[in-house]
Amino acid sequence: MKRFSVFSLARNAFSHHEDWPRQWRSPEPKPEYDVVIIGGGGHGLATAFYLAKEHGITNVAVLEKGWIGGGNTGRNTTIVRSNYLFDESAHLYEKSLQLFEKLSQELNYNVMMSQRGVMNLAHNLHDVRESRRRVYANKLNGVDAEWLEPEEVKAFCPIIDISPDARYPVMGATLQKRAGVARHDAVAWGFARGADARGVDIIQNCEVTGLRIEKGRIVGVETTKGFIGAKKVGSVAAGHTSVICNMAGFRVPLTSHPLQALVSEPIKPVHPCVVMSNAVHVYVSQSDKGELVIGAGIDAYNSYAQRGSFHIIEGQMGALRELFPIFSRLRMMRSWGGIVDTAPDASAIISKTPVENFFINCGWGTGGFKATPGSGWVFAWTLAKGEPHPLNAAFSLDRFTSGALVDEHGAAGVAH
Amino acid sequence: MTGSMRLPGGGRIDRSRPLKFTFNGKGYTGYEGDTLASALIANGVHLIARSMKYHRPRGLMTAGSDEPNGMVQLATGARTEPNIKATQIPLYDGLEASSVNVFPSVETDIGAVNGLLSPFMTAGFYYKTFMPSQLFWDKVAEPIIRKAAGFGKAPTEPDPDVYDHKHVHCDLMVVGAGPAGLSAARAAAATGARVILADEQAEFGGSLLTLHREIDGKPSAEWVGSVVSELSGHDEVTLLRRTTVTGLYDQNYLVALEQKIDDLTPSSPANPRMRVWHIRAKEVILATGSHERPLVFADNDRPGTMLASAALTYMNRYGALPCNKPVVVTNNDWAYETARTFKAHGAEVTVVDTRKTVPEDLGTEMAHLGIEVLADSTVTGVSGKHRVKGVSVAAKNADGSGIAGVSHSIDADGLIVSGGYSAAVHLFCHVGGKLSFDDARVSFMPATGRKALACVGGTAAEFGIAAAIDGGAAAGAKAAQAAGFKPGRAGKGVQVADDRADGNVEAAWLLPSGTAPNRSKAKFFVDYQNDTGAADIALAVREGFDSVEHMKRYTLTGFGTDQGKLGNINGLAILAELTGRTIQETGTTTFRPPYTPVTFGALAGRDAGDMLDPIRVTNIHDWHVAHGAEFENVGQWKRPWYYPIDGETMHQAVARECRAARTAVTALDASTLGKIDVTGKDAGVFLDRVYTNMMSTLKVGSVRYGLMLHEDGMVYDDGTVTRLAENRFLVTTTTGGAASVFQHLEDYLQTEWPDLDVYLTSVTEQWATVTVSGPKARMLLERITDMNLDPADFQFMTFREGKVAGLPARVFRISFTGELSYEISVVWHHGKALWEAVMDAGHDFGITPYGTETMHVLRAEKGFIIVGQETDGTLTPYDLGMGWIVSKKKEDFIGKRSLTRPDTVREDRKQLVGLLPEDPGFVVPEGAQLVNNSVKLKDVPHFAPPGLDGAPIYGRKASPVPMLGHVTSSYWSDALGRSFALGLVKGGQARTGDIVYAPLDDRTIAMRIVDPVFYDKEGARRDG
Repeated sequence: MKRFSVFSLARNAFSHHEDWPRQWRSPEPKPEYDVVIIGGGGHGLATAFYLAKEHGITNVAVLEKGWIGGGNTGRNTTIVRSNYLFDESAHLYEKSLQLFEKLSQELNYNVMMSQRGVMNLAHNLHDVRESRRRVYANKLNGVDAEWLEPEEVKAFCPIIDISPDARYPVMGATLQKRAGVARHDAVAWGFARGADARGVDIIQNCEVTGLRIEKGRIVGVETTKGFIGAKKVGSVAAGHTSVICNMAGFRVPLTSHPLQALVSEPIKPVHPCVVMSNAVHVYVSQSDKGELVIGAGIDAYNSYAQRGSFHIIEGQMGALRELFPIFSRLRMMRSWGGIVDTAPDASAIISKTPVENFFINCGWGTGGFKATPGSGWVFAWTLAKGEPHPLNAAFSLDRFTSGALVDEHGAAGVAH
Repeated sequence: MTGSMRLPGGGRIDRSRPLKFTFNGKGYTGYEGDTLASALIANGVHLIARSMKYHRPRGLMTAGSDEPNGMVQLATGARTEPNIKATQIPLYDGLEASSVNVFPSVETDIGAVNGLLSPFMTAGFYYKTFMPSQLFWDKVAEPIIRKAAGFGKAPTEPDPDVYDHKHVHCDLMVVGAGPAGLSAARAAAATGARVILADEQAEFGGSLLTLHREIDGKPSAEWVGSVVSELSGHDEVTLLRRTTVTGLYDQNYLVALEQKIDDLTPSSPANPRMRVWHIRAKEVILATGSHERPLVFADNDRPGTMLASAALTYMNRYGALPCNKPVVVTNNDWAYETARTFKAHGAEVTVVDTRKTVPEDLGTEMAHLGIEVLADSTVTGVSGKHRVKGVSVAAKNADGSGIAGVSHSIDADGLIVSGGYSAAVHLFCHVGGKLSFDDARVSFMPATGRKALACVGGTAAEFGIAAAIDGGAAAGAKAAQAAGFKPGRAGKGVQVADDRADGNVEAAWLLPSGTAPNRSKAKFFVDYQNDTGAADIALAVREGFDSVEHMKRYTLTGFGTDQGKLGNINGLAILAELTGRTIQETGTTTFRPPYTPVTFGALAGRDAGDMLDPIRVTNIHDWHVAHGAEFENVGQWKRPWYYPIDGETMHQAVARECRAARTAVTALDASTLGKIDVTGKDAGVFLDRVYTNMMSTLKVGSVRYGLMLHEDGMVYDDGTVTRLAENRFLVTTTTGGAASVFQHLEDYLQTEWPDLDVYLTSVTEQWATVTVSGPKARMLLERITDMNLDPADFQFMTFREGKVAGLPARVFRISFTGELSYEISVVWHHGKALWEAVMDAGHDFGITPYGTETMHVLRAEKGFIIVGQETDGTLTPYDLGMGWIVSKKKEDFIGKRSLTRPDTVREDRKQLVGLLPEDPGFVVPEGAQLVNNSVKLKDVPHFAPPGLDGAPIYGRKASPVPMLGHVTSSYWSDALGRSFALGLVKGGQARTGDIVYAPLDDRTIAMRIVDPVFYDKEGARRDG
């Protein structure tokens, strides 16, 4: 891998940028791999990267039916944080945040991690109680967290309206200063480049159409580019995990919903952090390009179509204008939708399955982007060892039988 | 260059109405009917903006919503708006506009220094650098990038304007009022169909406002006038001008933005500034026209560079001459009309035609007009920093891949380009319509048919006017028929003079120039706003970003405020050439709403302030307000929180209210509690399935407390069930859970047990409820009812119907305070009468109204849970010490099977306990976590995740400081004379007497685990 730096940019400027190599190759699939990963989103590519880097397993293929990073990796609002309530989630997301903090250097790819701070607003007494509970829990877990009173909220984000006369006044907020946003495409591309450089084959336009299972053990996958043998297979197919698992002959407790996001036209810097509000439902940050990046809740119905309902957007704009009255005259430039796969407890599934050597990583719901490196790191470990790492042991499939759920949405009501 | 470029006559402007405006602080004059863009051109102003990355001087490229360059900051103060396209701003008197993203001015912009760095600032350069360390990125690079990014500025004050929404249905929605749309609307309207016709412009007519044609012998403007006047005569037709259909959604659902006020006229609810239309149409006809494409060549962005169609619009429609000495570069016949028109206005015109041969008739005509035509030629460069000065032209070589001979420069003050037209298929694609690329028309066009959706005219890549009118008429008639209307007589086809349906377009994207774009000092722009050039696309391909979606993201092609209307097709065509694929194989990126940007305030509409979410108040609300209550938002409800008197603090007021409840008598407005009427012969069976305990055995007239669980066995809601009659029950829910519980029950009834004869009716707002509670409650009630209140007769957990204060009432003996309590329900609108009667009757007992805070304290003293406070979706009835409420006899109920799962029966689950702070004067904050050992929060180390060795997290301790649970409720108790709390503690039910710690920011509080019932453990007080 040719290293990127200001010097390589300068050197290439003199050769008219004609010597840049592909950032990842476009190989034909080999007959067999040690590990085949289904799904070339951020999580799948991160898995391949850490398999190669941490475990020395480089005979790996990532199969992507479209173009890498084209699913939820390229459709989210890029928020990265780790201030989850329960131990299991806090540990996993904190691992991910710590990886994010060094990701640009680790990948030699600027993922533009911007630790601008994430505020989760409280708008009623219940919010306040649960927010403070989460702050205390975060602190005891060694995760940075603060509780802000309304005037401290205003000091941290001066454009927010904290008027007590508001329909749902701001009664305080939690703040995680180390949290922020990163450039989503760069995360996918950086992992792809890093994995490719270590020998991983990234194969785009290759859809998995079947799984070959012999005596309860997976031996390979049928694809639109033919059969590919595999000693182990990891499915990281987000909303389509249920389709893949169907091929494997078992069901997973996932439902898929449209989730929309939108951006404003690019404006000069005005919004210093990330603000999330559940009660007045909207979240918003400003990107490096100057666009306000805005999201909110899912569409209530199940769908695989990557578009949602217009009234959802109208609802979040009402909320946005309530919190930020100066945004009213700005304009929505583009909106889009993705499909989020959600488990009953709104937590991920990173697990062994009833099929030997077949593993799944899914159920990230509305909040998978922030987990990308952490998810890849623990899934790589799981694939390499055949067992979950302590960080993802709680996120196994058997919790839906045992009842050991990690029920974040019921508990804190925090948007993922 | 400035000076008047207004033509002496012509155009659709009103020369009797001059309008004064300023641009970058300088005063100008235009006319009614101008846009800001046309007025600037008429004043000779071409340098309007700077580009994003290199801060290149830029002028107007278009005359419409596809404009990539000409964005301005419009107006000042609270009404200022960033990034508005000058081409879409109708001029008004007093308009103020300025260039965006320039410092100190658009003429001398310091940011232009970036142009020198452009060899380094290729596509995606920022992914490759700025990362020696995270600190460097955080503190140095990112702040610089952020400061440079963005165009205009957000207002600094709240928006004073009002916005509105409207919802309508129609038989036919016609999008676009050009020749095709007008014709379609006319044909459908004639059948009596309900038609809506919308167009983004202030005036209907579309291309006919620009193109001077004779239609059936009449000037085109006259034809437009007659159709519009005919449409206006139909009662069932709605004409929406200045209304852009921004999105098409499934099942012919359209969203349109109407701009009702363009100037600074104050808006009001009766006259909103903008209105968002939500339209559900049986049939939709898209007549959105087409977009002209520029051509890609060296320095194709100099101010004075403009599309041929835009130049024609400025001359014909606005009477403004873009330049005196244009060079017209084209790959088609249509641009010759622009050349011809320039010439007619006395301009000196040269045409550079990239095609091998020019049609004979055009060649002859041009020669006759004295216009030089250079066929089989290409542009190799453009000079002039702030305005086009000269255009370098060369003949193409034999195979068209490069140039033959040397370039020669033509003096010019304008550069007019035309690369052909692309069908505006955006809306068609919003609903998943598929496209095919037509090599003859050199345009994508709708490929797959969709039900009840037709594309006509330019949208279908039909570029002739007769074809648009005839096609529109046919589609309009067909749509009306499909919507159930009788078609009229088919009209004969129209005759249009000089209708050039086929422009003989010869595909051209990146023009040959003899130098590869990446080796040239010049820039070959594709996406003007983001400064994406042909070299960037080549770099993307080189680096593997060769799918159209990757190329878009890596180079930012189509990311600007025009969303790629101008540059996307050129970009993907260049990508196709570089990758050896056809344009069809390369495909487009996804077209997404909105077609043009939509103001946030308009999307929010009237959902502002108190109307953000409905405010729900009880029938007694006015009394609470009049008596100084502080309110709490509970869901949408406003509930009295406490009633301070004489400047009491909340603490003082709550203590007083609690004391009254324990010693005298109090009243609570409990009307907000959710109430569901459950009726039907299977009502008992149904309730047995949704509650953990048995409800079918309840006697008529009796009340039972119940818990509902989710399938996972976790407590979901609680409330009471009263059997009103054999087949009729009244279920109460928590205030916040009312709607969701109702939906939950309906869900089960409709999907799981449709065989049950059960009907649910929400009656929350049919019954107002007043709770009278306290040792003197019976004495009070005796004064206003003749019911038998003897506790031996009217027992705890029963209910009676009768009259209270002369009002028909349901009286329930239920207690959430532990005291003798009566919950009295009357018809909603009698609520205040009942409340006032209770207050009067209780006056000499010292009756005290209390709010939710006192309610919470009183119930906590009794150890009663509040769902959502003690519970969080992770607790079983057993965890709450409420195993007594789980029926062992029932075969099944929702959640039952989960109660025996391995994790649910663990003994160390978090369990509800009482907690007494060792310091009885200290009220621990709710939410405080509980731990086994005294620790200080500030001493907790940063989380260290376990590594590759897979060692357990903190040696199986789970956390740096393992947590046992948390404080769920915490209050000062007047009755106990000390603080107390409820909380959840792992295995807590077996740990009574143990000390646990709550680490706070500044101190750590020791608390003793005790029984959760703090007051009247025997329950002696409930009968008074």
